[in-house]
Amino acid sequence: MMLRLAFATLVRRRARTALTVAGVTVAAAMLLDMVMLGSGMRESFRGFIEQQGFQLRITPRGTMPFDSETTVGGAAALAERIAADPDVVRVAPLLGTRIFTRRAADDSVTAGFLLGLRPEVQGDYVLAEGREIAADDEMVVNGAWLAATGHALGDTVEVAQGWEPQMRRLRGARTVRIVGRGRFVMLAGGERAAALRIGTVQAMGGDALRDRASVMLVATREGAAIEAVRRRLEASDPRISALSTAAALKFVDERLSYFRQLAFILASVSLAVGFLLVTTLVTVSVNERLGEIAVMRAIGVARWRIVAQVMAEGVALSLVGAVLGVGLGLVTARWLNGILAAFPGLPAAFDFFLFEPSAAFRSLGLLVLCGIAAGAWPAWRAATLPIAQTLREEAVA
Amino acid sequence: MTDPHASSSRAADVRPLVLSARDVRREYPVAGVPVQAVRGLSLDVREGEWVAIVGPSGCGKSTLLNLLGAIDRPSAGRIEIRGEDVARLGDAAATRFRLTGVGFVFQRFYLMPTLTAAENVELPMSEAKVPRAAREARARELLAYVGLGQRADHRPFQLSGGEQQRVAIARALANRPALLLADEPTGELDARTGTEMIALLDRLNRDGTTIVTVTHDEELASAARRVVHMRDGAIVDDVVKRPLEDLAR
Repeated sequence: MMLRLAFATLVRRRARTALTVAGVTVAAAMLLDMVMLGSGMRESFRGFIEQQGFQLRITPRGTMPFDSETTVGGAAALAERIAADPDVVRVAPLLGTRIFTRRAADDSVTAGFLLGLRPEVQGDYVLAEGREIAADDEMVVNGAWLAATGHALGDTVEVAQGWEPQMRRLRGARTVRIVGRGRFVMLAGGERAAALRIGTVQAMGGDALRDRASVMLVATREGAAIEAVRRRLEASDPRISALSTAAALKFVDERLSYFRQLAFILASVSLAVGFLLVTTLVTVSVNERLGEIAVMRAIGVARWRIVAQVMAEGVALSLVGAVLGVGLGLVTARWLNGILAAFPGLPAAFDFFLFEPSAAFRSLGLLVLCGIAAGAWPAWRAATLPIAQTLREEAVA
Repeated sequence: MTDPHASSSRAADVRPLVLSARDVRREYPVAGVPVQAVRGLSLDVREGEWVAIVGPSGCGKSTLLNLLGAIDRPSAGRIEIRGEDVARLGDAAATRFRLTGVGFVFQRFYLMPTLTAAENVELPMSEAKVPRAAREARARELLAYVGLGQRADHRPFQLSGGEQQRVAIARALANRPALLLADEPTGELDARTGTEMIALLDRLNRDGTTIVTVTHDEELASAARRVVHMRDGAIVDDVVKRPLEDLAR
């Protein structure tokens, strides 16, 4: 009957209860979004690099993958040496550079990112249409490249690694056929990209790119001690650095610490707002019912039952707000993700908000705990009212 | 003026004592100044009595009622209800005593607005862990007794003041208390409804309920079997108007 009284009390003031639930819902949604933001980018990045299936990244010493135009020479020999390591099962050399193409419509030149790779071991794009590169003159591009150049799958086009604007001449040009459309996972949305065999790209670049690579992705055998392999490979050539997935994640973690702090602060604010909302409503509700509560005590209702009744109001508000907050949080996360994903330079498939059920339920559980705590003080106050004095004051009022 | 302790010394009355208060004092500070609301008051009430406590405002009537019902504690003295010293009870025991030992009727009814009449009556029984079927049956029985058998499912706002007070009386009787304490039970009612309420209290008393009421209502006081006059926190007169002989033993 005490629970019925608690819920009936909430229903009695429908508008006020609805407004409080709305407030708690917003706080819960914000809390959920911040929890999703706090871990989302890191987990999203982890998903990318683990999806590629490589545990180590070899770069020119002192650089991070594709953070500069630095390349390492003797790429073929280096790849062979790395592949000879007993713990290495696959090596995928990559060469990043620029690609220039004449537009189909007006002969103007469009620039983009060109990735030289070995199609049989690549993990940089996911084929969406067409087929994989099977020859030196075949190319996979992304949707943005097709849109910018006006070309289509199956077209034969002239591409180049350089462009001389004064002479209006393509440098290192090749005629290739577009055989596939792919989604380049590490590139920003809208960034034009194309992929050719690495040998083709090296040849297009002439002396500057001959036998060079920007990065080498290395897959190790299952059960290999990755850190030991990393150290071994790094020690084998003074020109290179080896970066493990764990180290890459740590690096990203450091870069994202600002976001995590922001998310933590905003999540704490959300919790505090939820707590204050529930405390305010329950306190107001208790203040309105001092006479009723004093009478319940007078007719023999135990203190703990009064506490339970008042706290049940707080729990009910928090629980309903938390459940509605999950829905609102997921919708707003999707919307915010769309806005943030448009940031220049960010991978298109990068998710800022990642829904992890356990983290979400933990945070919403925390909100419900806050609701319980929020009801505690008004509940205790209600239970310890001096009965006679309260009845006297109510009678006078 | 009669002896304030006359009722306890009536040799003819052999009915057991329900209430025995001895040298009860209640002092509390008002704006830092100690005020003696009840000054060394003694009172005995026997089973089947209906005592009306009357006196001017501020004479300590309601304070006395609160002390008798264990919702306030005396500064000194003993208050025994059926032999149990309620002044010495801890909070949990006092709560239990209020639940089963006494029934309260308040001037302002104080029904739970979100519960029906029947649920209001069931509330103390629910608290006393009476099984659902038994408490529902008892609530219907009590509501029928107070003339509201057809209004059991109505909420307080759907009832008149007199009807609400009847529900409050039914609630007070729910756990079969030894003593019914009523603080100005006709105070919020019009004259006609007040008269009906007095008739109900009279019927209750004739059926064996021991009642102590605090009142300014002369009609109510004149209906009681015994009238205790208070002034300045003390009993100044105690008049038995109707002996208990008419009650069935």
